[in-house]
Amino acid sequence: MSASAPPAVISDLRERIQRLEGSTARRRTVLPFGIREIDRILPGGGLAVGSLHEVAGGGNGAIDGAAAALFAAGIAARTRGKVLWCVTKPDLFAPAIAQAGLPPDRVIYVEAGDEKSILACFEEGLRHPGLGAVVAEVARLSMTASRRLQLAAETSGSIGIAIRRWRRQTEAADFGQPTASVTRWRVSVLPSTPLPVPGIGRARWQLELIRCRGAESADFEVEGCDDEGRLALPSNVVYRSSQKEIGRRRTSA
Amino acid sequence: MRAADAAAIAAGLRIGMPATKAQALVKDLVVNDADPQGDAEALDRLALWALRRYAPIVAADPPDGLVIDTTGADHLHGGESAMLADMIERLAAAGFAARAAIADSWGAAHALARFVAGPMIVVPPAGNANAIVRLPIAALRLPADMVDSLRKLGLDRILDLVAKPRAPLALRFGPELGRRLDHAMGRLSEPIDPIRPPDITEVRRVFGEPIGAAETIARYTGKLVGELCDVLETRSLGARRLDLLLHRVDNRVEAIRVGTALPVRDAKRLTRLLTDKIETIDPGFGIELMQLAATIAEPLVARQTISSLIETPEADVSDLIDTLSNRVGEERLYRMAPMASDVPERSVRRVAPIAPESGEGWPRHWPRPARLLPVPELIETVALLPDHPPVTFTWRGIRRRVKHADGPERIFGEWWKRDAELIAVRDYFQVEDEAGERYWIYRAGDGEDLTTGSHRWFLHGIFG
Repeated sequence: MSASAPPAVISDLRERIQRLEGSTARRRTVLPFGIREIDRILPGGGLAVGSLHEVAGGGNGAIDGAAAALFAAGIAARTRGKVLWCVTKPDLFAPAIAQAGLPPDRVIYVEAGDEKSILACFEEGLRHPGLGAVVAEVARLSMTASRRLQLAAETSGSIGIAIRRWRRQTEAADFGQPTASVTRWRVSVLPSTPLPVPGIGRARWQLELIRCRGAESADFEVEGCDDEGRLALPSNVVYRSSQKEIGRRRTSA
Repeated sequence: MRAADAAAIAAGLRIGMPATKAQALVKDLVVNDADPQGDAEALDRLALWALRRYAPIVAADPPDGLVIDTTGADHLHGGESAMLADMIERLAAAGFAARAAIADSWGAAHALARFVAGPMIVVPPAGNANAIVRLPIAALRLPADMVDSLRKLGLDRILDLVAKPRAPLALRFGPELGRRLDHAMGRLSEPIDPIRPPDITEVRRVFGEPIGAAETIARYTGKLVGELCDVLETRSLGARRLDLLLHRVDNRVEAIRVGTALPVRDAKRLTRLLTDKIETIDPGFGIELMQLAATIAEPLVARQTISSLIETPEADVSDLIDTLSNRVGEERLYRMAPMASDVPERSVRRVAPIAPESGEGWPRHWPRPARLLPVPELIETVALLPDHPPVTFTWRGIRRRVKHADGPERIFGEWWKRDAELIAVRDYFQVEDEAGERYWIYRAGDGEDLTTGSHRWFLHGIFG
């Protein structure tokens, strides 16, 4: 685990850069995922609170944004306070969000007419100190807009999550453009956890950390949110050897 | 005869007929004495209702109309057509048959509401002239004898009148004709004298020199809000709806209306809501009088809060809700609440964001998709009836092979809602294709009996 303990020179440099960024006045807090493999990579050991994060779906998910919405709901579920969810078209199904750990009493939806007013509502929500998280489904996010959102999130200390969702697959190339967000994730669906009986197991996602300020990018295979919004590592990744052992024990028995 | 309802008109009665003649025509006719005084009072009451509910500038337009300046107020009701529809519906519920029109000028709206609207019409901005030229001259609010003489001259429609030179007409009929025509066309402004309820909480400020700059308006708005909050405090009230009326030097009134979800007496917060809207007003040559009224005020008494030392209380977000709902509209801001229904699209309902928390949720034993399509989309499938999931299905032109599936979850129609749902059945399956994309599909019908549904397959949702 030499990667988890960077040399003193690097941590000193990081501190100096943070001082330049002007965010030392308030102590940075993080929201850990509770999964060591992910938290180890993120600076501070979790998702930075008081900053903007971007999530997009991979493949068809770029258009429907279903897994991305659940991923965002899972993060929002683990914060405290109300959650503001800004949408352009109301196709989010509230029971699914409740199953990801975010009860309907906590979510306030804003249905803004266009991209411009959605960004305005997003920023207004991020400036409010009383919210746990603010989620917005946007297609375009320019550098200027994201910078404003990031500054708004810094003043209030709530998590801002921009779910990038496009009308067409070709527009998803926009995700490569630089923005001021602190992390950028892509969530793609994978075949679900196999079950010993016919049926569909827990959802599995390919979680790609495409960009993260102050850390390397990485990708993980995770199981979707449980009813408290927590992700999990698939058992065949964690306990690969023990699975074999079970088989061996069974054959020997 | 002064008025008749739809049944009386159908029986052949006409307004203006002598009462005796009407009684001779229809047996057992119910005749009530006309009560112009009572009608006018009722109209004033209706105007007050519209003032509280819809817009800051409302006046009675006797004998049978209301005039409302909706500028800067329709955003609270989801746009102009939504506001009109809501108005007509509420009036119908109260027993009034109403027709309504929105146009650029009072004259045009007056004409359209009475001659075209069935029961509502919204004219796009600058579409005034096109909308009214085909109407009869009687739509111009002219005295009846003038309409008769114009008709004798062969002028039936507004179109004919517009084409004629002004001077000879003015010589014969006086200036009233040209003035009314200009009112209808929107060439001449026609100020509305707004109705003010007697018990309203109101503060005003007169300016010696007219003001026009946005910063100046904002500064005086702040001062007025401060004064209003002092008055509200002495009466232990909080404002639910604030109207800021700005009287311009050219006798027009510009208005800003803001609403709050809960009674508020916080000057800073109310000032912020009002100043957010300053860009929507046009000061013209200057504003000489500002009037700020709490059109709806509700009791707001100081309450002691219980502070717990152990956990921090949940933050108050009502100010954010007010800011957003004044920006995007009240009904665009909501929370979802469960409804006791198995049909997925009926299992959620919208409640106000400040509605009391019920703590209820949906049953959790079946997974639900993150995205629900507004309309289920027809898919082509290869499936074994009656109770197997499809082997393959084609959605939006892409064929997918089903790798895993879960189901069926049978949902019965709600027979108490419609007769057609008495035996309707949907069988829902969760399916996963080879790439791992999970969808929620259903078959209309139980797979055996065609009366329970068409046996066609639909895609209804997308899982994450």
